[in-house]
Amino acid sequence: MDALAALVASAIIAGTPLMLASLGLLVNEKSGVINLGSEGLMLVAAITGFAAALTSGSIALGFIAGAFSGMLLSGFFAWLTVWLGANQVATGLALSLFGVGASAYMGIDYVGATLNSERFAIPVLRDIPFLGQALFRQHPMVYLSMVLCLAIFWFLQRTRAGLILRAVGESPASAHSLGYSVRRIRLAALLFGGACCGLAGAFMSLVYTPMWVEGMVAGRGWIALALTTFATWRPLRVMLGAYLFGGITILTYHMQALGVPVASQILSMLPYLATILVLVLISRNANWIRLNMPASLGKNFNPNT
Amino acid sequence: MLFNPLRNTLAAMLAGGALVFSGAALADEPVKVGFVYVSPIGEAGWTWQQDIGRKEMEQALGGKVVSQFVEDVPEGADAERVIRDLAQQGNKLIFTTSFGYMNPTIKVARQFPDVKFVHSTGYKTAPNVATTNARFYESRYLAGIIAGKMTQSNVIGYVGAFPIPEVLQGINSFTLGMRSVNPEAEVRVIWANSWFDPGKERDAALALISQGADVVTHHTDSTATVQAAQDEGKYAVAYHSDMKKFGPDAQIAAVTHHWGEYFTSQAQAVVDGTWKSTSVWGGLKAGMAALEGIGDMVPQDVKDLVEQKKAEIIAGTLAPFAAPLVDNEGKTRLESGVLDDDGLNSMNYYVQGVASKFPKQ
Repeated sequence: MDALAALVASAIIAGTPLMLASLGLLVNEKSGVINLGSEGLMLVAAITGFAAALTSGSIALGFIAGAFSGMLLSGFFAWLTVWLGANQVATGLALSLFGVGASAYMGIDYVGATLNSERFAIPVLRDIPFLGQALFRQHPMVYLSMVLCLAIFWFLQRTRAGLILRAVGESPASAHSLGYSVRRIRLAALLFGGACCGLAGAFMSLVYTPMWVEGMVAGRGWIALALTTFATWRPLRVMLGAYLFGGITILTYHMQALGVPVASQILSMLPYLATILVLVLISRNANWIRLNMPASLGKNFNPNT
Repeated sequence: MLFNPLRNTLAAMLAGGALVFSGAALADEPVKVGFVYVSPIGEAGWTWQQDIGRKEMEQALGGKVVSQFVEDVPEGADAERVIRDLAQQGNKLIFTTSFGYMNPTIKVARQFPDVKFVHSTGYKTAPNVATTNARFYESRYLAGIIAGKMTQSNVIGYVGAFPIPEVLQGINSFTLGMRSVNPEAEVRVIWANSWFDPGKERDAALALISQGADVVTHHTDSTATVQAAQDEGKYAVAYHSDMKKFGPDAQIAAVTHHWGEYFTSQAQAVVDGTWKSTSVWGGLKAGMAALEGIGDMVPQDVKDLVEQKKAEIIAGTLAPFAAPLVDNEGKTRLESGVLDDDGLNSMNYYVQGVASKFPKQ
């Protein structure tokens, strides 16, 4: 029972950076922009946040710095794609590769340095058997990410601004003709997405490890991208998928310790296999695609033509 | 370019024989010593210990040597370039401190016969290439005794990097030490499949703890396992360096290695012109492997026992790998005597007391 509670707790921690990044990417994609730079954004945010926290001694400041660095890079991405009309896929890939190198360079002086991790727990609730250990002894950022997920769900489904954002992603030309600034809305969505990826990266270096290592995001940016599709662009499914994908990694270790022979390589393929499966399934039904996938995803829009 | 080797050779012949000229020719000028490190020096770990050794060597030999190092050099093509650079820059003695530098070291050594090389943890030598390693497993045996005495749950977690002989020696020796004082206890192993990946190491340590381990240890390079134990209120045996700083309440002991004396002796030999290619595998006796940083939570009688066993290992009356050696599938691996170095270097099994299954290749 204790082992199961620990498995749930670890799965939630492992899933949190996936969820944070994926929520940001979901908002990007709902506005019609796909940002493949998430891996790079997370890495740069991981080192920026780590450096800020180490220098200032404040974890909160580390998160803010991480989010800010993510916004900075995604703002640059927005300028290239939304204003200059650069190809989104190519620009995103370039941003990703840039982030890998830039973060390694920025991190040279911080390799091997360590932050002291703090323990958190919600009073009273932490003492509930099983649930206390599984759910209520997490870092505040874990709970914040859950709140964020609900907030995004509410924003997209229940608010006027959310409707406009989705309209821009579905048909930028229509939104433009109604008088909305497609570019500004996409910029706002990208900045928000960048901040989310930044928080995810900072979570990696501030809470998850907590230290800086070159390339420490280790493909989680790509999993987050796959996750938006896996979740068919729905925030609550993103949460479910993130904990599921996070749990798979943790499960490999538990199985090893119990002596169950499983190749960890196969399990690390699972998130992508699951995503392909979902893509196949939703592609078979035209209605599902129309319902969920933003119609203008990946297409640039120029209001002057 | 063409003339330099020729001139060196002539100078060497004049100095009276090819062996003598290795830096001794210019007695007043300090001998340059180069180091190649596989990871950044950081604050703890394998490379950190190497760098302490380098500093101790500089201090011990005063002005007779000057050293330089290149850190974070990947094992592979880059390593060869870095080693060659160091040789070209006039280093007369070059320490290549990681297993994966073995072939590049041998290759560059052939091109620079007048430069001496010392490679760590490998098995290939040449007239100008020596090898060295530490018998970490001797300290692991002592750490196992402490862990066996300190565990309440009788489950001990071990985070390994790769199932290679060096790591298996540690796991098995640790288990034998643990079983010598606590036949009920078992060791569970998780492979991180990486030397340095704090995220994975931490996940693995937490998984072991959640399965009931109340003491964890690691044969990986980061401090993640000790930190995880600290966070969870469990005990940890640190590896490479004393990690008390990272787990003040967790660290019950640290299995460490020390290179200062060895580096100094090698550099001194080059200064004197008496250097010869050797294979040094030093343990507790040589001071190259050690057990230190024993925590205050460890009772005095356990500390005394460890001291006693340490003395026995140093005296040669106790060998961690003595017959009968039975693996955890019931097969006898050693019928009599003590496992020799070949046996150690080809270890590919878990001893009794390891609960995990040996990973199939």
